[in-house]
Order: sequence, then structure tokens, then C-alpha cells
Amino acid sequence: MNPSAPAAMHEQTIAQLSAGLAAGQFSSAELTRAFLERIEHSNPQLNAFITITAESALAQAQAADTRRRQGQAGPLTGIPIAHKDIFCTHGVRTSCGSRMLDRFIAPYDATVVERLNTAGAVMLGKTNMDEFAMGSSNETSFYGPVRNPWDLNAVPGGSSGGSAAAVAARLAPGATGTDTGGSIRQPAALCGITGIKPTYGRVSRWGMIAYASSLDQGGPMARTAEDCALLLATMAGFDPRDSTCVDRPVPDYVAGLNQPLAGLKIGLPKEYFGEGLDSAVAQVVEAAMAEYRTLGAETVEISLPNSQLAIPAYYVVAPAECSSNLARFDGVRYGHRCENPKDLLDLYTRSRAEGFGSEVQRRILVGAFALSAGYYDAYYLKAQQIRRLISNDFHRAFEQVDVIAGPTSPTVAFNLGEKVDDPITMYLSDIYTIAVNLAGLPGLSLPAGFVGQRPVGLQLIGNYFAEERLLNVAHRYQQATNWHQRTPAAFA
Amino acid sequence: MEWETVIGLEIHAQLATKSKIFSAAATAYGAEPNTQACAIDLGMPGVLPVLNREAVRMAAMLGLAIGAQIARRSVFARKNYFYPDLPKGYQISQYELPVVEKGELIIDLEDGSSKVIGITRAHLEEDAGKSLHEDFHGQSGIDLNRAGTPLLEIVSEPDLRSAKEAVAYMKKLHQMVVYLGICDGNMQEGSFRCDANVSVRPKNQSQFGTRAEIKNLNSFRFVERAIEFEIERQIDLIESGGKVVQETRLYDPDKGETRPMRSKEEANDYRYFPDPDLLPLIVDEAFIETVRASLPELPDVKKQRFMTQYGLSSYDAGVLTASRPLSDYYEAVVAALGGEPKLCANWVMGDFSAFLNKDGKDIADSPVNAAQLAGLLRRIQDRTISGKIAKDVFEALWVGEGDTDAIIEKRGLRQITDTSAIEKVIDEVIAASPEQLAQYRAGKDKLFGFFVGQVMKLSKGKANPQQVNELLIEKLKG
Repeated sequence: MNPSAPAAMHEQTIAQLSAGLAAGQFSSAELTRAFLERIEHSNPQLNAFITITAESALAQAQAADTRRRQGQAGPLTGIPIAHKDIFCTHGVRTSCGSRMLDRFIAPYDATVVERLNTAGAVMLGKTNMDEFAMGSSNETSFYGPVRNPWDLNAVPGGSSGGSAAAVAARLAPGATGTDTGGSIRQPAALCGITGIKPTYGRVSRWGMIAYASSLDQGGPMARTAEDCALLLATMAGFDPRDSTCVDRPVPDYVAGLNQPLAGLKIGLPKEYFGEGLDSAVAQVVEAAMAEYRTLGAETVEISLPNSQLAIPAYYVVAPAECSSNLARFDGVRYGHRCENPKDLLDLYTRSRAEGFGSEVQRRILVGAFALSAGYYDAYYLKAQQIRRLISNDFHRAFEQVDVIAGPTSPTVAFNLGEKVDDPITMYLSDIYTIAVNLAGLPGLSLPAGFVGQRPVGLQLIGNYFAEERLLNVAHRYQQATNWHQRTPAAFA
Repeated sequence: MEWETVIGLEIHAQLATKSKIFSAAATAYGAEPNTQACAIDLGMPGVLPVLNREAVRMAAMLGLAIGAQIARRSVFARKNYFYPDLPKGYQISQYELPVVEKGELIIDLEDGSSKVIGITRAHLEEDAGKSLHEDFHGQSGIDLNRAGTPLLEIVSEPDLRSAKEAVAYMKKLHQMVVYLGICDGNMQEGSFRCDANVSVRPKNQSQFGTRAEIKNLNSFRFVERAIEFEIERQIDLIESGGKVVQETRLYDPDKGETRPMRSKEEANDYRYFPDPDLLPLIVDEAFIETVRASLPELPDVKKQRFMTQYGLSSYDAGVLTASRPLSDYYEAVVAALGGEPKLCANWVMGDFSAFLNKDGKDIADSPVNAAQLAGLLRRIQDRTISGKIAKDVFEALWVGEGDTDAIIEKRGLRQITDTSAIEKVIDEVIAASPEQLAQYRAGKDKLFGFFVGQVMKLSKGKANPQQVNELLIEKLKG
């Protein structure tokens, strides 16, 4: 690339595109058209989008351009983005990756969508995902798997696999995702992009189709921490429609990006570097820590002694909540309904058997079992107690260190079909991310290197509402490295 | 063998909030199906509940009124089951930690004694919608207008020992929630309905018998009949060697019997767990004190006050304090008249209540307001008219013939108190009845009444009765 020539639009970050729009280098309509063309060209290969909203995108782009001419543009005005298909979008199919909602047109906007619309962002379409956000490889989607732009034989991670692949392949400069056990961070890691799961309660869940309500949290996925800061600043904030949303001012994430790292204490949980971690991934993480030390940070070993309990606790709590959350999909009012039900029970059982895929059914059954009379104390209550232990581990750790770092996932992207028949191995893919959701903490994944052609993600975990610090710590690393600038060759 | 009945009631009172317990949709009754159901009530994907503060305030009002503890922290749980009129596949209800615990209500028994009935708990929950099976050939319609309507489920201790006690308790609670203004009390519309847990045991046995739960009783009469039937059924069953099974039963008012709905074995496992969409409900002292300060005078206290302040009998005070509007009306009449509380009580309980009843009107719609009634009573008090004539004036007031004085004037009802005028009438009567006069003077005292009657008749009821008496005695002496 000629360093003096301006980069192609799709190669630019949101911050750069925002500056370009402000400088009049291109219009939102041009920008939107460029991304729509890329989507049209590449989506058949990647399957990152379930729905492409070209027409409304162009209308939004034109409106953004008008707004800019009127001098009322903000940093996201005219910036094209994609929404994970878990967010309700008024008048647009919102499938949640499921046959159950294949023909469901949402009658309202999710708060996240509404906020980004209000900021003038342009929706390119709805991205593919594991069905009802249940999966770590995007292979449970009714719309078929998404492919990893770095290697089309590899999975993009999940459940926000479509968003991650779209950003990695430069089909969108940013996207929304949701994270219940790692669903933003793990696909961000596997696709070589940056994504942050905010503190539970930072981003409204209104209009975000629930998987596990006490764990679900929406967040941004983009190429850089700076772009995530831009998106999160708009997405976050109090929403009276979500009782679990916290009424607390949203800091200026962008303004905080450049704080120096001198004196920063990074904790490395020894439990995150033990058995099960791919040694090549470990080396990448260690190299990243070396980089942090040159940036002035100090790294210390810490312990999160209850880490090994996170996966078992999660696979009680999340299925339990999902078994209840997904009960509304009964074929009565909306969503898939079986043909010619002979009675009420038949309507329920066939509609749900046909509408839900096997992983969703598995989790509903596990969850219903865990909540049933006689088992509640042994499973659900016990899991809730473990959550407290895990939170306490983090609480103690943050008395010693400012942020916690480690691998986002124990391996790089695995091949399509490799783990699909082995749920336990698949679940282990989220071994480092799940505890963060159980504790409700913010976590971020950023690209830190490669193993072969496949990206490695570095996870940063912060204390409650420390998103600003996490974005700052990630941004300083990205100022010093260029892993986040790498583009998959096939999508350059 | 002698049997003892043990009854506990679970009463669902629909709270009189404007909007639903977890959404902003209206709660008004009787709208077109599904016009009062928003995305939240429909259980659309991605919607979330937000608790209605007013429902909490109302629950706290009841709690304070029955001397209960208001939980500083209570928790909403999900009760999971599938039913077409339950949009989310779960009902949000309080389970382990209800907002109100340990209260009591004093009921009056027929023998004049009273009894304390314990109230275990009262918890907030949402109502379900309605399935409509008529008008849809081979299919069912679903109306979700009622879905999400706030309910307070009030659970009594098993302290009730007869159907009559159960009804007395239910009536007392009904009076309380209506007094507090937290429930419209309309039983026909289902705003106040009851499930009854009924069991029997040999007298003097401390252990409870196996209970049956009778669902959805929506009138006092049905509660009484259903429980009576159930007691008899259980006793007959046990005495003929059978065993009561724990089950849910339905009361059929047409046949006057209960019959099984589902047994315990078939009962749902509701898989309760705390609703992760709602934070625990935290209630602070300041809130409770605000609610306490807003409590109206409660029925029992008001009844006592009526007895001491107005010198009324327990019965009269009870009738007049049965509802807030009635007691307010009564007090307004007394205040406007400036006294004569017994006269006011007789009129409010008598003609006034009778006319309301006859026309099926509420006090709020009464054509005769308190000031007007007091105006009428004033004319009795100052002897302008007699109590008997006042009844006619009241009827005229009721149908809107104008105010009391105008009616009296127009109809010429003013009482005659002029002695010479009354004497004139008496003279006329005596002159026209020589035979009776002779008999009277011969000692037939009973004929005095005849003369009074004739005088009143001739004066069209307007002659002052007391004066008529006095003057007649003199005149008849001759």
C-alpha cells in the first residue's frame, strides 16, 4: 500500500471514517454503498449476514448526510454498522439465528439500536449468530455457519460470529454483539478484532432477545479499542425500561484512551495459564505482557482459585434462565407454529421441536431439570453460591491489581465441524471468559498475534465499570503494535 | 364422630392501579380484546418488566392496615408453566420472600363475639390473560388485556372453622381493600376472588386433615356453598371408609358441587426461581412512613368512633361504617345539620339507603346530597314538617322536584302548629262524630285514636301530632 495515498474506505477505522466524513472526503451514502457492495460480494462466502438492509441503509445514509450539512453530525453520524440479529429492529426481521423467529418482524427497536440510530449510525444489516446466542462457533445458527475470514475452514467463534467475521472481513467497520459467556470476546479473538463486554447493567438489555438474563450484556465489536470506545459511548447509559440497567454517568471513553500505562498493575491469573491452554497461544500472551512491561506496566501473578468452577456453574445458571426465557416461544402469538396442531400439547411440542435446534433444546432441557423440584438446591442454588465465590475471587484480585490479563480462548479458531458433536469440548472454548459474566465484570478482547494464519486474542478484565480503563489499556497496546491492523488477505 | 373444619383462604385482590404491574398498558376492565396489551404484556422477544411503584404502595397499605410486617427486601420469582393465556410461559410472582408477612384481621361472629384470623402473607404478582372458548369454532381466542394486571394474593392462616367464618373473613377483607382504595372490590369482574383450602379432622385432633383446594370462587355465596358442600363431601367420604386426596377442585354453581380439577400427582412443577430481570424490591423506612401517613381511618376504628362520638349502637355504627362513601355521607349530614346524629343515622340507613338500593345507585351518583338531606332533616327538627311528611318530601327531592323548602311550599306541606287552626279542625271532627263522642265520654278510651286519625286526615297529615293530642284531650272532655 502506498503510505501517502489515503486508505480505501473499508480499510479505515470508525475514527478515521468519522474524520473523513467530517472533512467531506466522502459522503455517508458513498461509504454505505461501498460497504454494501463488499457485503454483496463477500457474504455468500462468509455467511456473516442473515439480513442485508440495503435500502434502509441508503436512506439512513442520506439522512446522515443531510444532518451533516445542517451541522448536526456527531462522531457516529453516517457510520455504517451491523447489528447482531439478537437486537430487535423495528420493521426488520429479527431471527436470533433461529427457525423459531425466521419470519419474526420486530415491532420495536432495542435500546442499543435506538441509541445508535439516534446518533446517526447506518444499519447495513443483521449479522449471523449461534441460535439464541447459544454456541461458541456459530455452527448452531438456523442460517448455517459463518466462516472465519482468516481461514474459511475455520469457525469465527460465537455466538457473535457474524459480527466478528463482518468486521474482520471489512464488511462493516463496527458491529454490535452480545456476551453471555464470552460471545463478544471469543469471536473477537478468533477473528482478530477488538470487542468489549461491558459491566452487567452498563448497556440496556431492552429489545435484546434474552438468553440468560443475569449474564447477557451487549457491547461493541470493531477493529480497535478506540472504535469500541466510540460505539460504547453511544450504546451505554441508563434505560428506565431495563430494571437491571445502572443509572450512572457514562464517561468519555475516547478522552480516556491515552492515559499512560506507567504504574499499571496487570494481574496474570495462574489458573488461566495452566492445562488446556495451547502453548502457542500462551506464547502470544506472554509476548503481549512483555510489550506491556515496556509500556511501563508491571505484571504480577495472581490467583482466581475458583476458576475451575465457572463452567459448571455457568452451564446451570445459563440453561436455567434460558429454559424460562425461551418459554414464550410457544407457537401461540408469533414465531414458528407447526402445521395443523391436533391439540394444545401438540401445538407446543411440535412448534418448539421444529423451531429450536438441538443445542437450544439441550440447554432448555438441562435448565428445566436444574430448576425442577428436588434439584433446585443442588444445582441452581449451588451455582448461585459459586457465582459469589467467583465474584469474591475477582474482588480480592482487584485489591492487588488494576486489570487482569490472559488468553481470551485456550486455542485459536478451530475448524468447522471439529467440535460440533462434542458439547463439552466446545464449552471449554469459553473457559476464560465465562467467569467474567458470572461476576458481571467488564472484559475486552484485542488481537495480540497469530498462531499460523489464525489470530490470538488477549483478554483484559477490569473492575466494575472500569470500561474506560480497559479501553485505555487496549488502546495503548494498539498504539505500540499493529496486530489489529492486519487484514485477512482474501478480504484486503 | 364430631368433626372440625379447617379452612384457609387465598384471596386475589386486583389492585386499582392505572397501569399494569410491569408495563404502562392500561388496566381498565371491558376493553376490546387485546387493545390493552403492549409488547411487554404480549411477551414479545426482548421485552423487560419494570415494577409499578403504585402496586408496591398499595401492597404496603394493606400490610400496614392489617398490622403486618412490610419486608424491607422482597423478591419476584418466575412461576413457570405453559398456558396459552400466559404469554411469557411464566408468571412473575413473589414466592419465598413476599412483600407483606404476618398480619391479622378481626372478624365478628354471629354470636356477637369476635375472632382474630392470622394472615400469613400477601404478595404481589401479575394476572394472566383469558382464554375465550365461545365464538371460535373449534379454536380458542386469547385476550391478553388482563395479562399483567397487578394482583395482591392474600393468604390466611388455617384459622377459619366454618363456611360462615370464611365468608365473614372474606367480607372483612373485602371491606378493608375497598376502604383502602386499593381494589375496586368488583367480584363479578373478578377483582376480588378466592381459593379455599378446606379440610376436616376429628374434633380435638391437633393434626390437620388432608386438604382440597377449591379454585376461583367469585362471590360470597359461592364461597359459603362450596365450602359447605366440600365439608360434607369430606366427612361423608371419611365416614364411609374413604380418604380425602390432596387435589384442586372446581365449584360448579349450577350443580352446587365441587369436583376434581387436578390431583397433586398431576400438579405442575413450577420451577420457581428469582426473576433475573427484576432486582430485589427494597422498601425503606421513609416509604413505609409515607404510606402509613396516607392510610385512611380503618373500618374498626371508625366504628368505635361512631359509637362514642355519635352515641350510635354497635349495629348502627357497623352499618354506617361498612363503606367509606356511606360513612363519609353520614358524617357530612351530621355536620351540615349540626347535631341529631341518631336522626341522621335513621335517615341514612333508612330511606336514603333504600332509595339507593331501589335505583341501584352508588352514593356518588345519589340525587340527594348530604347537604340536601340535612336540609330536609332540619325541617323535621324545627317542626316545619313531621317525620311522616318528610318521607314524601324526600321522595320528591330524590326525583328532583327542587329543594326541601320549595317542595314544602309548593305542596303545602307545612305543619300546622297554630292552636286555633288545629282547634277548628278538632271541632269539625267532633261535630261530625256525635256517636263516637258519646261512646268516648261513656268510657270507651280507645276511641281517642279514632279522633286523632280523623284530625290528621282532615288536616292532610299536617297538624302537629303533639298539639293534636293535647288539644283533643281537652276538647273531648267537653
